Amino acid sequence: MILTVDGVEFSYNGHPVLRGINFAVARGEVVSILGNNGAGKSTLLKCLNKILKPQRGSVLIEDDALYRLNRLQIAQRVGYVAQKYESTRFTVFDAVLLGRKPHIKWEATAKDLEIVRRVLKQLGLEAFSLRYLDELSGGELQKVVIARALAQEPRVLLLDEPTSNLDLKNQLEVLKTVRKAAHEQNIAAVVVMHDLNLALRFSDKFLLLKNKTTFACGGMEIITPENIAGVYGVPVAVEKMGAVPVIVPLPV
Amino acid sequence: MRQATMENVPESYLKYTRRKLLMISLLILLTAVVGVYAINAGSADLSPAQVLMTLFGVEQGRFNVIIWNIRLPRVLSALVAGAGLSVAGCVMQNILRNPLASPFTLGISQGAACGAAVAIIALGAGSTGSTGADAVAINNPYLVTFSAFLGAMAATMVVLFLARFKGVTPEAMVLAGVALGSLFSAVTVVLQYFASDVQVASIVFWTFGDVSRASWCDLEILAVVTGAALFYFMANRWNYNALASGEETAKGLGVDVEKIRLTGMFLASLITAVAVSFLGIIGFIGLVGPHMMRRILGGDHRFLIPAASVAGGLLLLAADTVARTVIAPVVLPVGAITSFMGAPLFLYLLAGGYGRR
Repeated sequence: MILTVDGVEFSYNGHPVLRGINFAVARGEVVSILGNNGAGKSTLLKCLNKILKPQRGSVLIEDDALYRLNRLQIAQRVGYVAQKYESTRFTVFDAVLLGRKPHIKWEATAKDLEIVRRVLKQLGLEAFSLRYLDELSGGELQKVVIARALAQEPRVLLLDEPTSNLDLKNQLEVLKTVRKAAHEQNIAAVVVMHDLNLALRFSDKFLLLKNKTTFACGGMEIITPENIAGVYGVPVAVEKMGAVPVIVPLPV
Repeated sequence: MRQATMENVPESYLKYTRRKLLMISLLILLTAVVGVYAINAGSADLSPAQVLMTLFGVEQGRFNVIIWNIRLPRVLSALVAGAGLSVAGCVMQNILRNPLASPFTLGISQGAACGAAVAIIALGAGSTGSTGADAVAINNPYLVTFSAFLGAMAATMVVLFLARFKGVTPEAMVLAGVALGSLFSAVTVVLQYFASDVQVASIVFWTFGDVSRASWCDLEILAVVTGAALFYFMANRWNYNALASGEETAKGLGVDVEKIRLTGMFLASLITAVAVSFLGIIGFIGLVGPHMMRRILGGDHRFLIPAASVAGGLLLLAADTVARTVIAPVVLPVGAITSFMGAPLFLYLLAGGYGRR
């Protein structure tokens, strides 16, 4: 297991937000965190790179206890794509080079530049490398942000709603990129998702959150009408469109 | 074609970074030329060649005193203070995530002037002992600077508190800066009622910036502080770049955001305090310098920090040269000239110009 979460409990100003969170992720796996608004999905993600520090529980990255690492050491292991990214007057190349920051001592080396080049190529962004971020479309920008996290060469990649504000084509492309990166580089990806059908299509594993704790965790077998209805409070049917499972809310 | 673009990414990128370095070098060259012109300009009938020969010690003539004791300290003061104020503004805009931030617009310069006034009147560090023409001599530059720093830090603390705990908008932050500036100016005015004529003269001087005041000793302190802060800012250039992408992104990239923010504000205030102690309040350099360079070179702090400091030095030097040559022999206050440059830009930014590109 590349990521092991054990008994994580987090409260904010005395109000419990998360309790009893347990799950583990293997190399090459994509895990979706699913749940209603306010279920604690983003909070959980931030507990996985110590932006928030849980009061209880432990997180292991390979064999390292996350909460004993300092911020720089964490950044060398965990890449984070925040929900909000400020578009600045940086070129795409500079923005992705920023992902090398945790590894750079004083100035970027030829190796850093080479990694950036490779990631840009991997995501099909080479043609944009000298464009400014504030001239990019939403989908292009999101890919750049993911490229930046990949340039970190993380072992675990955390993404907070990477597809919100994207059109259908870009949603598919971005998630395909994430899955491909996880599989090819043998790293774990933990993704907070709102769109169930996108999650179903691109994830190997699911973590369903309800009432601040784990409702269910596992592979496609836990995606049952009962579980989904239990988490979201809406009756649904789980159908198959060819090989792709689809969740359809039932008319009430 | 596609293949070629791909393989050339590092090369085209290196070319792009070299172009930025070239532009910074050109800016330095331009600053040197303006510097020689500024030493040359005036009523002593110098020629640029004589200036250069005197500077390099080839000519030991009658111009030695004028150049070494009057013109050169003035030019260097303008360069160092301009660079310091500009880089302070650049870093403040980054760590407060506020394009309108600068030592002057947030009231930090006014706080420093107030602190200096307190030291002169209440603590007797000012000119009570001085005689004759130069009424504004500082007897104890360290005490005045320290007191100015306390004033600057008081303003900085309020700014940090508002930014961190109240999450105010950039515009509201500037209003807070106006309030702070007025408050500190009011304190300075009240102090004047308890001061002797000589002391009043030296306080009034703090509200009108003037780069001709610094002695070689003042200049040394100014240069050491500014140089050390500049080194720290450069060492943290990657952190500022990460912070520009958002606070959480920066944390995810291993940046200790709170530490970077506090240290940055502390050093920016220190630069401001030293500059104000020796030269008085000079507004808008911290706004114009960084914004001009951000427009030309982009927001990458690896290049923006050195570029903004050179640009700030050049701007203040140019403003001072204009101030003393435009209706010579009358010397205008340099702060008035920098306001002529800065106020329109400030209004433009306030009107939302920083959101559009």
